[in-house]
Amino acid sequence: MVPLYWYLILAAALFCAGLYGVLARKNAVAILMGIELMLNAVNINLVAFWRYLNPAVMAGQMFAVIVFAVAAAETAVGLALIISIYRRRNTVVAEEIDLMKW
Amino acid sequence: MDFSKLLTDPINEIGILLTNLLAGLGLAPGAIAVVQAIIGVVVIATFCLLLPLFLIWFERRIVARMQDRVGPNRVGWQGLLQTIADAIKLLIKEDITPIGADVLVYNAAPILSVIAVIAMWAVIPFAHNMYGVDLNVGVLYIAAVGSLGTLAIMMGGWSSNNKYALLGAFRTAAQLVSYEAPMILSMLVPVILAGTMSMTGIVNAQSQVWFIFSAPIAAALFFITSVAEVGRTPFDLLEAESEIVAGFHIEYTGMKFGMFFVAEFLHAFTVGSLTAVLFLGGWSGPFSDASPLAGVFWFMLKSFLGYFIVILMRATLPRLRIDHMLDLCWKFFTPLALASIIVTMLVDKSLTTLLPNADAWARGGILFLANVLLGWATVSLLAASARKMRLAEEGGATGAGHDAPGDGHDEHAPMDAHAPAHASQAPAH
Amino acid sequence: MTALQIIFLLTAAVTFGSALLVVTSHNLVHAALSLVVTLFGVAVLFALLDAGFLAVVQVTLYIGAIAIMIIFAIMLTRRVMMDSGPQTNTQWWAGALVALALFVALSWVLMQVPSLQALSAPGATLPTLSGDSVKALGLAFVDPNQYVIPFEVASVMLLVAFVGAIVVAGESKK
Repeated sequence: MVPLYWYLILAAALFCAGLYGVLARKNAVAILMGIELMLNAVNINLVAFWRYLNPAVMAGQMFAVIVFAVAAAETAVGLALIISIYRRRNTVVAEEIDLMKW
Repeated sequence: MDFSKLLTDPINEIGILLTNLLAGLGLAPGAIAVVQAIIGVVVIATFCLLLPLFLIWFERRIVARMQDRVGPNRVGWQGLLQTIADAIKLLIKEDITPIGADVLVYNAAPILSVIAVIAMWAVIPFAHNMYGVDLNVGVLYIAAVGSLGTLAIMMGGWSSNNKYALLGAFRTAAQLVSYEAPMILSMLVPVILAGTMSMTGIVNAQSQVWFIFSAPIAAALFFITSVAEVGRTPFDLLEAESEIVAGFHIEYTGMKFGMFFVAEFLHAFTVGSLTAVLFLGGWSGPFSDASPLAGVFWFMLKSFLGYFIVILMRATLPRLRIDHMLDLCWKFFTPLALASIIVTMLVDKSLTTLLPNADAWARGGILFLANVLLGWATVSLLAASARKMRLAEEGGATGAGHDAPGDGHDEHAPMDAHAPAHASQAPAH
Repeated sequence: MTALQIIFLLTAAVTFGSALLVVTSHNLVHAALSLVVTLFGVAVLFALLDAGFLAVVQVTLYIGAIAIMIIFAIMLTRRVMMDSGPQTNTQWWAGALVALALFVALSWVLMQVPSLQALSAPGATLPTLSGDSVKALGLAFVDPNQYVIPFEVASVMLLVAFVGAIVVAGESKK
C-alpha cells in the first residue's frame, strides 16, 4: 500500500512548483500555467484523502469535480483577458501591463 | 490445454497456458501478470497496426469503383500488396526536417497521433470474453483519448515552422474541439438507454433491440460527428491538397507522413467499430453466444459496414467550407444532440414508471416514435426558417434589384463545389 | 517495495519533473507540452487512487480542452522576440525562496499529524471501496440531500464564464 503522506508530499511539491511559476514568471500565460499546477495539486490532495479516509462518502470526488469546473472557467476567462490585452497593448508580459499603477 | 474450451474461451485458455509456461520458468505471480498484460497490449497494438494494410486497399478499390475506374490491381492478387509497396516507398524516402523546426515536438507529433488511435482499441470488445479491459467508464475513455489526437495535430502544425502549417493546425484544432461536443453528447444516449458507461455493458443491453432502432437520430449524429473528428470528407478541409497546401502535415515526408496517414485510416475504421458497438449491437448475431469467434466475425462485419459508409461519404460528397462546418456543428448538431438526450431521457424514464412491464421491442418502438417526432420537428423548423429567409431574399431582390448572398440558412445546401477528394493520397507525398 | 509503490514513484517522478519543466522552461510551447505531461501524470495518480471517472475526466477536460486553449493562447500572442531574453522577472529568487519555504513547512506539518501517521504505517490497509463509485458519484450530483446545489451553481458559473470569455475576447463590432 502506498502511504498516504507520499501523495500529500507530492501534492505539496506540485503546489510549490506552481507557486514558483506564478511568482517568478514574466509571461502572463506562463503564470496561468502555474495556477493550473496549483489546482491540480489541490485535486490530488482531495482525492487522496477521499480514498484513504472515507471512500463511501462522495464529498471528496465531488469537490474535485467542482475544482475541475472552476479551473476550466477560470482558464477560459483568463486567456480571453490575455488575448484582449494583447490586442490593445501588444504585450503579454505581466510587468508591462501597468497603466493602472500609480 | 483443453481444445474444446479453446473455441468457447480462447483468451482465457491461452492465458492459462502462458501462466503455466512462465511459472515453469520460475517467475513470481506478480511478474507473470505483468508479462501477460504486456503481451496482451502488444497483440492488440499489432492487430491495429496491421489492419490499415487491408483498410487502405479496401478504400482505394471501392472509391475507384465509385469513380468508374479499377483502382490498384497490379501488385499481388487484385492489388492486395499495394499498401505494402506504398509503405516500402515511404520508408525509403528522404527524411527531411525543416530548418528551425522544433525537433523533439516535430518527431513526437505523428507518434502521438498513432498512440491516440490505438489506445481507443483497449476498450472495444470483440466478443463477450475478448476485449482489452472492461473499464466502467469506457465511453468517456474513448472521448478522452480521442482528444489526445487533437493535441498531436497541433504539435505537428506548430513544430513545422511554417505559417501555412500553423494556420492549418489552428483550423484543425477548431474543428476537432468543436465536433467533440455533439459527439460526446450523442454518445450519452446509448449510455442512458443501457444504464452503464462500460462498452461490454452497452453491448449486453442491446441483446434484444439494437440502439440504432431506439435512437436513430443519436446514431446518425454520432456517426457524422465522428467522421468530422477523423477529418474525412466532407470535413477534410484540414488536409486536402487543394486547401491551404495540405494543412498541418505539409512539412512531413516519408514514414512520418505515413504515420499520420495510418492514424487517419485506423481512426476511420474505429469510427465504424464504435458505431457497431454503441448502436449496432457489437458482437451479437447468430451463434455469437456459443463461440466468441462468431462474435468476432459479426463485429468485424458491422465495423466494415460502418467503414463502407464512411468511404461512401468520402467518394460522393463535396467538401464543406470551414465557417459552414463550424456553423453546422454549433447551430445544428449541438442543439439536436441536446434535444435528443432530453427526449430519450424523458421517454425512457416515463416508460420505466408508466409501463414497467413493457418488453424490449415495445420500449424500442416508443423510443423510435419519439425520435421520429423529434426529426419531424427539426425538419419543419429548418423548413420554416428557410422559407422566412427565402421570402426576405426575394423581398430584397425585387426591392433593390440584386440578389442577397444566402448564407447558411439551409445547412445542407451551400456547399462549395470543390472536387471530391481523389482516391490516391499516398503517391502524392 | 510493492509494485504499486514502484508505479507510484515512477509516476510521481514524471509528474514532478515535468512540473519543474513547466515553470523553468525558456520556450513557452515546451512549457505547455510539459504541462500536458504533468496533467497526464495526475490522471494516472487518480487511476491509482481508484477514482477512474476522475482520471478520464481529467484527460478529457484538462488535456483535451484547457491545455489546447493554453497552446492556442501562446500561439496567438507570440512576438518573435518573446523567447529570447529572461523568462523570469527580477524577483525570481524571492519566489523560489517562498516556494521552498512553503514546501518545507507543509511537509513538516503533514508528518506531525498523528492520525496520518497511523494511516501510513506499514501494516495499515485501505478502507474498502464498495460497489460502483461512478454510480454513487452520479447519485451524489442529483440527490437533493447531497450535492445538487453546487452542481447547478457550477453549471451557471460555466455559462457565465462562457459568455464572458466570448464578450471579452471577441472582436469589437465597429
